[in-house]
Parts: sequence; structure tokens; C-alpha cells
Amino acid sequence: MLLIPCPHCGERPEIEFTYGGEAHLVRPADPSTLDDAAWADYLYMRSNTKGVHAERWRHARGCGRFFNALRDTTTDQFLASYRIGEPKPAIPTGDPR
Amino acid sequence: MSRWRTAAGGRVDRAHPLAFRFDGTRYEGLAGDTLASALLANGVHLVGRSFKYHRPRGIVTAGAEEPSALVTVRRDAARVTPDLRATQVELYEGLEAQSLNRWPSLARDVGRINDWLSPLFPAGFYYKTFMWPKSAWKSLYEPVIRHAAGLGVAPSEPDPDRYAQCYAHCDVLVVGAGPAGLAAALAAADQGARVMICDEQNEFGGSLLADRHATIDGTDAATWVGRAVAELAAHPRVVCLPRTTAFGYFPHNLIGLAERLTDHLAAPAPHAARERLWQVRARSVVIAAGSVERPLVFPGNDRPGVMLAGAARTYLNRYGVRVGDRVVLVTATDAGYEAAIDLRDAGVEVAGIADLRPTANGEWPAAARAAGIEVSESATVLGTSGNLRVAGITIAQTTASGAGGARRSLACDAVLMSGGYTPSVHLFSQSRGKLRWSDAHQAFLPERSAERERSAGACRGVYDLAEAIADGLQAGADAAPSRTASARRIAATSARSTDGGHLGAVPLASEASQKSFVDWQHDVTIKDLAIATREGFRSIEHVKRFTTTGMATDQGKTSNLNALAIVARAIDAPIPRVGLTTFRMPYTPTSFGTFAGPSRGDLFDPIRRTPIHEWAAAAGAVFEDVGMWKRARYFPEHGEDMHAAVARECRAVRSACGLFDASTLGKIEIVGPGAAEFLERLYVNSWANLGVGRCRYGILCREDGFITDDGVIARLAADRFHVTTTTGGAPRVLAMMEDYRQTEWPDLEVWLTSTTEQWAVIAVQGPKARDVLRECVEGIDLESAALPHMSVAAARICGVEGLVMRVSFTGELGYELNVPADYGLGVWKAVHAAGAGHGITCYGTETMHVLRAEKGYIIVGQDTDGTVTPDDAGLSWAVGRKKPDFVGRRSLQRQSMQAPDRKQLVGLRPRDGRTLLDEGAQVAEQPNQRPPMRLVGHVTSSYQSAVLGAPIALAMIAGGRARLGQTLVVPMPGGDVAVEVVSPVFYDPKGERINA
Repeated sequence: MLLIPCPHCGERPEIEFTYGGEAHLVRPADPSTLDDAAWADYLYMRSNTKGVHAERWRHARGCGRFFNALRDTTTDQFLASYRIGEPKPAIPTGDPR
Repeated sequence: MSRWRTAAGGRVDRAHPLAFRFDGTRYEGLAGDTLASALLANGVHLVGRSFKYHRPRGIVTAGAEEPSALVTVRRDAARVTPDLRATQVELYEGLEAQSLNRWPSLARDVGRINDWLSPLFPAGFYYKTFMWPKSAWKSLYEPVIRHAAGLGVAPSEPDPDRYAQCYAHCDVLVVGAGPAGLAAALAAADQGARVMICDEQNEFGGSLLADRHATIDGTDAATWVGRAVAELAAHPRVVCLPRTTAFGYFPHNLIGLAERLTDHLAAPAPHAARERLWQVRARSVVIAAGSVERPLVFPGNDRPGVMLAGAARTYLNRYGVRVGDRVVLVTATDAGYEAAIDLRDAGVEVAGIADLRPTANGEWPAAARAAGIEVSESATVLGTSGNLRVAGITIAQTTASGAGGARRSLACDAVLMSGGYTPSVHLFSQSRGKLRWSDAHQAFLPERSAERERSAGACRGVYDLAEAIADGLQAGADAAPSRTASARRIAATSARSTDGGHLGAVPLASEASQKSFVDWQHDVTIKDLAIATREGFRSIEHVKRFTTTGMATDQGKTSNLNALAIVARAIDAPIPRVGLTTFRMPYTPTSFGTFAGPSRGDLFDPIRRTPIHEWAAAAGAVFEDVGMWKRARYFPEHGEDMHAAVARECRAVRSACGLFDASTLGKIEIVGPGAAEFLERLYVNSWANLGVGRCRYGILCREDGFITDDGVIARLAADRFHVTTTTGGAPRVLAMMEDYRQTEWPDLEVWLTSTTEQWAVIAVQGPKARDVLRECVEGIDLESAALPHMSVAAARICGVEGLVMRVSFTGELGYELNVPADYGLGVWKAVHAAGAGHGITCYGTETMHVLRAEKGYIIVGQDTDGTVTPDDAGLSWAVGRKKPDFVGRRSLQRQSMQAPDRKQLVGLRPRDGRTLLDEGAQVAEQPNQRPPMRLVGHVTSSYQSAVLGAPIALAMIAGGRARLGQTLVVPMPGGDVAVEVVSPVFYDPKGERINA
């Protein structure tokens, strides 16, 4: 079970959270101006990252808030978590031990 | 005392004999024995029949890696545990164990015929043999083969035992309490860390418990272990957990431990938990899991009496048991000699030593020769003899050309084998650490950690005792959060040599007529692996699945590396290229009870009950599960079946008045200056123009344009909406709303609150509904002019402040009374009493379904399936045409979403007026088609309509609205049923009743 760092509450076990998919995908202000391909791109295309992935989580059974986190998809290690609206932080490095 | 039990020594209590039974025969063992050591002490080597060939099998190891000696332990009819390793079952007074997979008895087993028929059962035989006639596989071959194969039988009664679960946190978790683990725990505790140390065995010490020759801190191994354990046990920051298996390594240093609490007791306290699951979140983990001795793969190596040399040494030194009277050692290591010499010192005759290596001239071989034991170098094994126990072994010298040189047959009653050590990297691998192949060790070793974890001692190839202890001390100190004390030192000397080792089959094994087993538990031989490589399999992952090597309950602890080496040699590739199979939890089989803990029966899943539940139960309602809710499905009277009860309830609602508990409806209150705009952006409908006091049916789509939920939304004030959702959809809808509110539209000032459980909802439906309510509701005018269909008003309901919503899911004049949940039952009773003079009838969800289907009202999730647009469902009237945007709007504009041949909601009426269609049945244009049939849709809802006196159905049919009047067919088990496509509104199409 992952330990997930909620930026509002601190580290909490995974069962308190729901996953929210890839982060930093902004809903277009006026979707009607997009052609079908651009809309399909927004709707369905995801980066499927191997490595450091920016993703959304919601502390659903805690503070209830959405936030973003950087997780390495190859190791499941969280490298950072930050509030909605904040920019993606630089990627820290280091030995997990 | 039996002649195989030594007079003294070991860790068993000779003053404390224990009686036990194996396959009905009474034996005697000692306190401190395992079932395996107690059987061996009685001269019993034959303990089971093998999985596939029913070959007689014995005890191969002395620990968790045991691939062969599986037994069923039975306490009573319900307490039956199959497939336990006899090497791990602690003996207690009265223990009853049974062997597996034999009939009629272990010694005379008719299944043995499989061994002689083995050419019919090679690897992957089910792809090749038993193919003709085709129909016989299902009816004959598979049942017979399944009956003959397999291991223990699952218990037939519910598990009566209790299982506990707990969570724990620590700075350092040490897995394994052998020399490295004990040293690590001591060192971590020295540095002030909170330490937990666990070991799967009944006592700490690991390999030291069977070591006669080691000296640690100036004393013998057993004494040192006693001191170390006493120090840890007395330490205030250390938790010691014997009989506790670390079975799984989960992300972020969550380790699953299974602690066995009562299985070793003759008479456990009646309510004591049998096992305890620990979920330990460790700041750091030290894995000190040790290593496993490898068997040698030679012809006839599975005969009872053939065992690992280290196991024979453990039985002797730890349990005081001689595994035979006359033994032969087959070895590729110096460590094997240690076992032979210990046995000889205990009075066992060593008939000879066959060493695979060209020269054997270390300290131990020299000692063996000095003791007068004949040592053959460059040796191999050509076969063994004996029926239910090994009686002899034939060894030969290999020559440069490979052909067998001089051969010798030796009589013996046990064969010891030693192929070197395999580090136990299971937990390290589970933690997603990366392994590397070490040529020097001829093994995979931990290389790069993925978690805050370190391996120490033999599990990372550090075999020498002094080095392993130093490695443990270092790992323990490094794992501690801070360094406060100076490092501890422990001096140790060991006589053990770890030189030598062998991977794969012995020379000439493939030319022998006897089978050479790689995987004892799944009966995989070198021949099976050869077939797999001949079939073209190259990766060990594929070979494993084709031959099932390493896929038994032991996960190939003793067999994986030998299999790997055999495949590598066969395809002439280096071992790392062939790969290593994935280690998965659990390390050893773990009971379901431990995982389930208290989550059984009523505690398996939470149950949600409405405030009116107890009343409905007392009234005889039959309930159904809807999500976690219990909902009254129907209220049978006078022995009615469901069909009769539902027909009566339907007629009552259509002719008089029905009372329905709708409390499970999801409810969300949306409040704030941005509330209307929020709904405007989210739902497909228009909301800005909805007046206060009015309701509207809302449809919620996902961004892909498909319906995800629906419900009536009431505007209670300019800035306050009461949103209802489907019963199952409330949490999902609230989560979706929160997502948009928090992440897309933080500009809107709006608050969302779940009010599902705050309101009890009582639906009063039918032509007499208003008459009933006149007796219950104060403060508002109930006439249509003041409270028309789809309106809401605050009122006193049976004396309670609440909301009266004039809404209908039945097509009749109807109201839904919302009152605070605590008053729900009281109001329900009062309304029921008030309605008595008006023919009020309680109805359940089944009647609700029939009534709504008669009106063509959809149920999201039943009539829709996540690919249905509002227009598909005939609801395009609800979509706000002038809105610039809403969730899903852009997707609905795509051409394919407006195609005329999309599946559309229609009604179906069987032409015969009698046949009830199956829900989920397919719909076709042409009758009597053969597969593949051309299908145009499917039935989503189907009921017997009481008011129409005929069955009706809703269906999603391609281009359905253009087919009204057409005849289609629904293939059913009894044959095709002709149906007419009709409007989905079967009853009162003009909607006059609802506005009455």
C-alpha cells in the first residue's frame, strides 16, 4: 500500500485516496472551437509515462482535496506533491535508502 | 526412544514425549520436534505421493523450502489444513496428520500407474495427447486426470477459527533471525531504533540452531543465540516475533507478516485467535532471509530417503534424529562433508561420498578421508534403487569423453545431496529491487534497492559466519535513523566451508532411464525441460508456464536455479539471458483467514439500511441489494410469490395509492452564488431559467458525451439546489462534481454537501395520493394550481419540517416527502395510517421498476451502459440547445454521435402477448439465423405489465425510432420470439395522469 503525501495533511495510506489520472490537462475554455482531432486528443490521449509522472490524487477520505504529485511509475516512489494550481516542481533525485 | 533418536543433544525435550498419528498410525515424538523430524525419528521416510506420477515421496528439506513432504493436519471436521509442509508443522500432543494424493493407501496407491504411463503425460501433454475423440476431453479425460492429480483437499466446512489483524510502525524491521538478522537487530537497537524482528520458525537462531562447530563471542552457537535472544527480548524498544513469516513486501515498506499463534498448541484456548496479520510500516527494512541449499538433479533423486545434506545435519544437530543407518553423500560442495562427518560422529555409517568435482582436497574432504570414508572424485549418479525408500545408489566416474567410467553400487537407506546455496531473494525481488547474476556465487544477488531496504548475510551471498554477522551489524546500524552509540563487534569463527556448487543436472543424467527430478512438487523432470526447449521456448517465463516448473506452492525455492541452468545449457545461452521468474507474495502459503481477519459474514461489507428498514422487515418485505443498500423489493401478503405481489402492488398504485421508501436516492445539496452556473456547466439541461420552487429532470454526461447519471433537481432558493442522483451513483457524482469544482472551475463560489443520509424520502404515488397527503401535510396548498407537477415546497409533514416534492417515477400523480432521517420512520408510519382509508399499499423496487418501464423512464446503468447519449435514450428534449458549453457537449457534436443508425431506446411487445423476454437478450431482424447472426440490438428491461395484462420490454435497437411497427425477433432458449417495435411509453402516452 502506497504512502501518499497529501500537501494539506501529510503522508497517509493509499486507502484514503482516489486516483485522478494525469495532471496538468486543462479543459479547453471553449471546446466548440476545437476540431474533432484536437478534442479527441484532450479526451483520450495520455502520456503513459515510464518514469516520473505528474498525476492527480484526491484525499477523498481525508481532507477531500485534489492535489498533484510526481510519482516514478517504475518504482512507485513519490518525489513531490503540490497543490492544485501550483506549477510542476523540479524532479529531486537520490537513493531511496 | 527409537533407534534413530540420539541419546543426547539438539533442542528437543527428551523428558517430554508427544504422541501423534500419521495416516492413522500412532507414533511418538518429542517436544521441540516438527512433524518431519518426529516421522524421521520413527524411521518414516515415505510421507506422500507425487502430484502427477504418484511416485512415493519423502522429506527433502528441513524448512520452508520443502517441495515434497506436504500433509494435511486435522484437528476436527472444520479445522482441516491441507498442503502444510511437514518440516514446518510443530508437533503437539495428539496431532493428526494425513498424507496426500494416494488411494487406497500411501504404500499401495493405484495412481502409481501414472508413473508407468508417464510417456502419455509429458510437459504440455494436454496440448498433445488425449485429443481424440474431441468430446471425451470434457467428459472423460479431464475429470479423470483432475481426480488423479493434485494435492490436498480443501476443507468442506466454514473455518470456525478467529483471525486477528493489527498495524505496527517501527524504525527497523529485521526479517529473519539467523546470525545476520540477530546481529542487525542488536546493532539497530544499540543505535536507539525501534526494532521489530521476525522469523518463521518457532525459535530464533536460523542456521545456528544446527551448527555444532561455530564459536561466537567465545562461546558455542546455541549459547550465543540464547544470550542474543534474551538481550533482544529484554530490550524496551525491540519487538520479537517468532513463528512469524514475512510473506509479502508491499510498496513503501509495508511488510505483511503472518504470525501463527495457536497451531503449535495441543489445546488452544477456545476464543484465542489462530493467526495474526501484521501490517508493518517500517522506516527501513533489513532482509536477512538466509539461503536455501540446492538439490542435485540426478536419476532417481526423488526416492524417499534422498534429502539435502544440510537437512540431514539439521535433523541430527537440532532435533537429535539420525536420518538413516547407512548413508551415501552426493555432493559438489565442502558443506556436504560437514553433514556426513556429523552423522558419522553420531554413529551413522557413511557408505561413500561421490563428489562431482574433479578434485576434492579441502579441509573437509581431507577430514572425511582421514575418517576412512571413501571419496570418489569426478563422480556422477546413474540411478538409485528401492521401492518405498531408497535402498541403493549407483555412482560412476565421468571421464574426459563424458562416458561413464568405473561404476559402483552402494547399499544405503539415505542419500544426502548438496549442490550449493541459493540466496533467498524473494522479499528483495518483491520490493522491486534489481538482481544481478554473480558468476562467483553462481547465483542471483540483490544489486539495486527500490525501497529503503538492505539485505544482509547469506541472502546476498555472504555465507561465511563471521562475515555474515559483520554484514548484519553493519546493515542494522545503517538502517537505524541515527547513530548514537559506537558500533558493536561480535567475533565469530566457523568451520564451514562454502566452496563448491553445481547447477543443473549431473553428468549423464539425460542418458539414464530413471527420471531426474527438478521440481519435486510439480513432478517436472529434465526431460520435460528438454521438451520445452525443443518446442522452441527460450525465456524461462515461457518454459515455466509450459512445464509448470517452479509454479507449485513452494514457488520453486529448491528448483528454479537448476531449471534455469538446464535450459541455459540446452539452448547454449548464459543464465542471465534466460532470465529469472518473478517472485510473488506470499513467500509461503498464507491462510485466507489471515487475510480476511474479522471481515467475514456480516462484517464482510458494510450494509446500509434506510430509516424505514425495520418496519419493512417486520411487514415481511423481501429485500434486495442495491450497492451497499438493502432495499425492500416487494411486500408479499398471504403467501404470494413475487409475481403475484408485484401485480397487486402495481394495480394499487395505478388505481389508488402506493407508499414507497425512496430514501436511498443519492442527494447532494449545492449552495452558493455560483450554484446555478455550476449546474449549467455540468448538466446537459438549462438551469438559469428554473424558478425557485420548481424541479427539473437533469441528465449528467461524462466528457465523452455518454449518460452517467440522472435525477430530479429542485431549486430551493436562488442559490440553493437539492440534487438527487441514482441510488448507486451518489458517491461517483459527488466526486465528479468536486473534481470540476476544485480543478476546472475554482472561480465558482459553490459548496457541495452529501445529504443522502440526512433525508428520508417517502414516495406517495397514485390517483389518491393527494387525498392521503391532505391528512398529513400542513402549511401548503396541494392543488395542482399551487403545487403543479415538478414543483417543491417546504411544509410540515406529520408535524415535521420537510420538503414536499411533486414528482413521479410511476406516471401517476405523485409526491416525494423529504423529512429529516431521524423522523423518517415516524412519518412513514403516520402516512401509512392516514392512507389506510384510501387503499394505500406499500410497494417495493420491483413494482417501481415495472411502473417506470410502463412509462418508458430509463434507469441509468440498466437501460444505459456507458455508450448511450441523451438522444439515444430519447431524451434530447432535455438538452439545453442554447447553452454554449456543458460537460459532454463537444463530444455530442461529433458526427458519429448523431448517426441515425445508433442504438436508440424503443419499446418491444411480444407478438404473442404472452412471452416475457429475457433481459440482456439480443434482437435480430431475421428469424432462424445460424451463427454468426446479424444482431441489431438488445433487451434492457423486461416485465410483466399488470395494467396492460401483457409483457413489455425496453430495448436499445439500431435506428430504433425509425422502426416503429416493424417486427423483429428475439432469440430465446425456447426459440425465436417475434416482437413489435413500439414507443417506449406503454401507458398513458399523453401524460394526463401525472398532471391530475
